[in-house]
Amino acid sequence: MALTNEFIKGKLTEKFGEGVYSFEEPYEMLTFESHKDDNLKVLQFLFDDEDLKFQFLTDICAVHYPDKKGSELAVVYHLHNLVDNVRIRFKVFTGIEQPDVFSATALYQSANWMERETYDFYGINFVGHPNLKRILNVDEMDYFPMRKEFPLEDQTRIDKDDEMFGRGGSIW
Amino acid sequence: MSDVKHIKLPDGSIEKQTTTLNLGPTHPATHGVFQNIVEMDGERIVSSEQTVGYIHRAFEKIAERRPLYQITPLTDRLNYCSSPINNMGWHLTCEKLLKVKTPKRVDYMRVIIMELARIADHLICNSVVGVDSGALSVFLYVMQYRELIYEIYEEICGSRLTTNIGRIGGFERNFTNTAWTKLDKFLAEYPGVLKEFENLLTRNRIFMERTIGAGPISAERALNYGFTGPNLRAAGVDYDVRVHSPYSSYEDFDFTVPVGTTGDCYDRFLVRNQEMWQSLSIIEQAKQKLEQFKGAEAEVYHADIPEYYLPEKKDVYTKMEALIWHFKIIMGETAMPAGEVYQSVEGGNGELGFYLISDGGRSPYRLHFRRPCFIYYQAYAEITKGAMLSDAIITLSSLNLIAGEMDA
Amino acid sequence: MSRPVRFNIHPKQPDIHDNIALAEMPEGVQGEGYFATGLERALTLARKNSLWPLPFATSCCGIEFMATMGSHYDLSRFGSERLGFTPRQCDLLMVMGTIAKKMAPVLRQVYLQMAEPRWVMAVGACASSGGIFDTYSVLQGIDQVIPVDVYVPGCPPRPEAILDGFMRIQELVHNESLRRRNSEHYKALLGSYGIQ
Repeated sequence: MALTNEFIKGKLTEKFGEGVYSFEEPYEMLTFESHKDDNLKVLQFLFDDEDLKFQFLTDICAVHYPDKKGSELAVVYHLHNLVDNVRIRFKVFTGIEQPDVFSATALYQSANWMERETYDFYGINFVGHPNLKRILNVDEMDYFPMRKEFPLEDQTRIDKDDEMFGRGGSIW
Repeated sequence: MSDVKHIKLPDGSIEKQTTTLNLGPTHPATHGVFQNIVEMDGERIVSSEQTVGYIHRAFEKIAERRPLYQITPLTDRLNYCSSPINNMGWHLTCEKLLKVKTPKRVDYMRVIIMELARIADHLICNSVVGVDSGALSVFLYVMQYRELIYEIYEEICGSRLTTNIGRIGGFERNFTNTAWTKLDKFLAEYPGVLKEFENLLTRNRIFMERTIGAGPISAERALNYGFTGPNLRAAGVDYDVRVHSPYSSYEDFDFTVPVGTTGDCYDRFLVRNQEMWQSLSIIEQAKQKLEQFKGAEAEVYHADIPEYYLPEKKDVYTKMEALIWHFKIIMGETAMPAGEVYQSVEGGNGELGFYLISDGGRSPYRLHFRRPCFIYYQAYAEITKGAMLSDAIITLSSLNLIAGEMDA
Repeated sequence: MSRPVRFNIHPKQPDIHDNIALAEMPEGVQGEGYFATGLERALTLARKNSLWPLPFATSCCGIEFMATMGSHYDLSRFGSERLGFTPRQCDLLMVMGTIAKKMAPVLRQVYLQMAEPRWVMAVGACASSGGIFDTYSVLQGIDQVIPVDVYVPGCPPRPEAILDGFMRIQELVHNESLRRRNSEHYKALLGSYGIQ
């Protein structure tokens, strides 16, 4: 039996009913969402189910949508079934006030650092993560740099020589 | 015990029994900037903790501020041992988003470039494994032949290492005759060199003793840790993006995917060596396929998509149409579709993925790089647990960790 | 098409007899069985031709440094056969690659560990100025934390450019007064970096 997008969608709705929604197929990759409290259940089902077997976690990343009030942050999982060679994308949305999402580290060892990176960039608090601390940035950093409201350059830094680089106001 | 009582030992040193050793971030044995704090019992590692991020450069944040064609230089600096693969991966991502179909000739030219890059990447990794096991001369010997590859890059795009090669839709110019001559020279000379490289190491007793059984990982653990590329194949899983989701017409080529069994340093070394042979064969095949194009077809080096392909500079100065398109592309006047794309390529050390979300603006709304070595470096603590320190060093180099890619 | 910049318009004749490059003899008095010259001249000559570099390679430029060190370009021809990997033994700190803010204290620590006289070479755009990475995490040039003698532009510079930078360091070493490191001016320079 071929593992088509319709089949996966059928399996998921059969199991979770209204719990999974927003099915789309941008560029042929099945994409869907669930409520953020269900993310582990969905991942576990995708991992364990005999037909689906999405046992390879390709990637975890987050996206910030400042305009979506109440669900500003999205966590995106890319999963891969290596046997049937099918990829799917799974998203959960969370509010920025309390960005708690369950950690997938118990299921995938590889989620450990990916979640730390996501925390580092977006401040998503992965509940149940064994060691959730900054990974790429310095520990003293007090903001989450990839959120849209923060500029690319650190405004408070003093190591920039603006005049030498033609930045700042004195070039004319 | 009683006669050493007068020696004042630091508090807790008797109970502790282990030594803490700091390797890095600028330790010569870690080729790149990673910090390992290892807890040692004699010569054996009890546990270790890794710190990364010493060259975090915020690629993903920069990418949100740049139009698509300006992101190529960033991808160069991910895995700088095989920049062209990253460049092509990025172009393929854009082409997927823009629904551009590239001509076959462009695909084959890309395959040649990518396979050259793979050879350069594996060559560095394998010769460095040699260095770490005490065989420096092999490194010095093969470095000369990596220069041949760099000269080909240079002829094609003008740069040696951070190539910024190609454009969305193809190449910025056709390969010159000199480039083909250099490629022929490389293809003629390199097999002999690789053979000698293998002769020096593969059945070398010392090298085998050092690497067999060092840093092994089972297929199951490797998959759970998100291994891809040669490291996963050394553990016995035949996952290769070129075969599983072919891009750039890899389905037209005949090659085998080498796999190992134990996933130790020796297997990783053999898999990489074998992949270099396969890459050579792919380049030969691509050359043959390119020779079949005749007439006008043999001059095609980009897709006919004026709205996305930056015109040649020469044309911009002399032709009205080219000037208009140049202006429109640079000023962000061409329509950009909204959507999200995931495209992956088989990079030098694994599946290099690009997750691009476009909201229709000229720069990506979000661009995430799936960097293979960032993901598999987590396993290092587990692989080296209980190993000798010197084996851990070889393991580090044979995993082919590239700091630039890891920290993005 | 003629290029705005031309290279090698005054090619130098190599000063090589029987394929062995010899360092130029300093000024001095010589007779049968002896040669006398200033201490400074003799010392700088020795220093110049036996610089021990400490490669502080973090990223892409480090790969080009591997090429520089390798058999094709061969840095050893300039008297730096031995790369010391410990700051205590080295004279020349070659910083190659991006230095992030997280790395800056480490770099400074390495510099402080080196013994005087010490020279610093910033290889590549990132080490010189932050390069294309004008971001929250990247130090905008290593001269923000340690003094630099020679900057080598390029992203990454070609091995020839690194060699050229190296030769400029040699020139500096050759012409440096032995008293410079004790001068008020030098102390003020280090003081501006907070180094006593």
